[in-house]
Amino acid sequence: MNHFFTLLRHEIRALLISPATYIATVLFLGLMGFIFQGLLVSFVRESRETSPAVDFFSLFWLPVFFLSPLLTMRSLAEERRLGTLETLMTTSVSSPEVVLSKFFAAYGFYLTLWLSTLSFHWVLFEFAENPKLIDPGPLIGGYVFVALSGLMFIAAGIFSSALTRSQLVAGLLTLAMSFVFTLGFRYLDDFTIFQSEADSLRSVIIDHVQIFQHAEDFVSGVIDTRAPVLYLSMTGILLFMAMLALDARSVRT
Amino acid sequence: MTTNGTTIEVENLYKRFGRVEAVNNISFEVRRGEIIGFLGPNGAGKSTTMRILTGYVPATKGVVRICGHSVAGEPAQVKRRLGYMPENNPLPEDLRVREYLRWRGRLKEIHGRHLRERVETVLEQCDLNRSRNRIIGKLSKGYRQRVGVADAILAEPEVIIMDEPTIGLDPHQILMIRDLIASLRGRMSVIISSHILPEIEMTCDRVIIINQGRIVASGTPSQLRKEFLLRTSYDLEVKGDIREVQMALASLTPKQQIEHSLDRPDKDGFYGVTVQLRSDRHYGEDILSAVNANPRLRIRAVRRREASLEEVFLAATRRSWEIVSPMSEPVPTVRRREAAERVEIPAPALAPEPQAIQPDRTP
Repeated sequence: MNHFFTLLRHEIRALLISPATYIATVLFLGLMGFIFQGLLVSFVRESRETSPAVDFFSLFWLPVFFLSPLLTMRSLAEERRLGTLETLMTTSVSSPEVVLSKFFAAYGFYLTLWLSTLSFHWVLFEFAENPKLIDPGPLIGGYVFVALSGLMFIAAGIFSSALTRSQLVAGLLTLAMSFVFTLGFRYLDDFTIFQSEADSLRSVIIDHVQIFQHAEDFVSGVIDTRAPVLYLSMTGILLFMAMLALDARSVRT
Repeated sequence: MTTNGTTIEVENLYKRFGRVEAVNNISFEVRRGEIIGFLGPNGAGKSTTMRILTGYVPATKGVVRICGHSVAGEPAQVKRRLGYMPENNPLPEDLRVREYLRWRGRLKEIHGRHLRERVETVLEQCDLNRSRNRIIGKLSKGYRQRVGVADAILAEPEVIIMDEPTIGLDPHQILMIRDLIASLRGRMSVIISSHILPEIEMTCDRVIIINQGRIVASGTPSQLRKEFLLRTSYDLEVKGDIREVQMALASLTPKQQIEHSLDRPDKDGFYGVTVQLRSDRHYGEDILSAVNANPRLRIRAVRRREASLEEVFLAATRRSWEIVSPMSEPVPTVRRREAAERVEIPAPALAPEPQAIQPDRTP
């Protein structure tokens, strides 16, 4: 791990000097602000039991769908396409160092973007003067959920990017994987074969991969260890496969 | 391990991509401080061989040792001793030259003051001082190429491998890179591949010609010339009857060939004549006295012309195409004879000398 921090610094610098970073930031904050404002308007129209944070985090999947491909599709695919991967891998860096530095740079940026949405809640807190609207519980739970699930989504993006030299393919693959992880598993849950036998292994597994359910649980303060285990193990598997894909160079893509 | 002697050892290297044999039983050695030129037509396996040497692509079979360390077994040791510039010289577009070199230096485990000194030195050596703060994506091809070379020599590696370092450069830039490579002679082992043959000839101590994944020739340019095209050409400018010229020269050696380069004499009545002699002896004096012996002939100029590496290259690769028959079975003598005949590019009429028909180094 000698070169990890050299590589990470390089990745972060690349992020900071790239215009795409700032465009993604503006888009993300614009969209999230728009959603938040819409939420507040609906709160004004009819009063609800829950705080705005609960509804805010129930829409977590929307930015995931466009952020995780955008942040990761460039990382390894672009290096492969330009050929800089060859100059990189012929120095004494290892593939885990390369994959992890790309992963942590993208994940750090993902987290920074999400944390900047804290300002929405701060604005609300400052001006609403209604303590009922600000409930720290759902906020903390929501951000913990976003941080944990983000690990998996970003790892899926890094893995897709390691497979191909085309950014477009990498991005689409990430989008498809995020789609399967979120909506796909929820769809499976609706199938009758998984409902008929409540205790069968199949239905237990399907029960455990309900990401929307996790989001709800975290926001309402139920932190079940099974969810972090799922996200961390998926992240580990995906990153490991990305390292393997990076090492498999004899078959040239 | 890193004592004098060989720095690169390649033994029976094979690389297969699916059903294609990209590298087929290549073996060679490079001594410390030697500059080796890798030649071969496109798709001959040059880049693949170089990639295997760097450890970027694993070999299907065979052993590569860099400074005594096996590429497959101790990749980290090998990578520390290696400077590599890949084909097309990939560089990140959005960094500045100095930033890029500093980053590469850190990856190559140079730190602190030494790093600063090394970066300054290579910027100086590669004449990049004035563009040190420019963004790489905005540099012209020649500058980018120099950045690639600067990166390859940055960590003062014992072995430098450059895949077509002068491709797409203008003559001034080629000269600069050639001088730079020549300045590494004696200190580092360098392998360069190139299509520009005169350049290889000028820079390299030894040439290895590869075709279809095999080594078809290796040695110094003059050795290769002897092996593949044992002949020297003389360009004469003679006034008089061409047939008389032929008769006068017939006495020199039985095996020769005469061509006119000009069908009609120039305004002073001189013909351009090219004589090819199958020997590497100097014949200038003999030619002069033979022509002068005939009072009706007048000679104005004699120029000796050695076969260029280009001709050697064409001959060597053509011969290997003939020899690598579909089944790579032992080639019958008659075929080899034909093959050797075709070696004579402009001289189809000549019978080849027996020693010129050396079989290829096929396994």
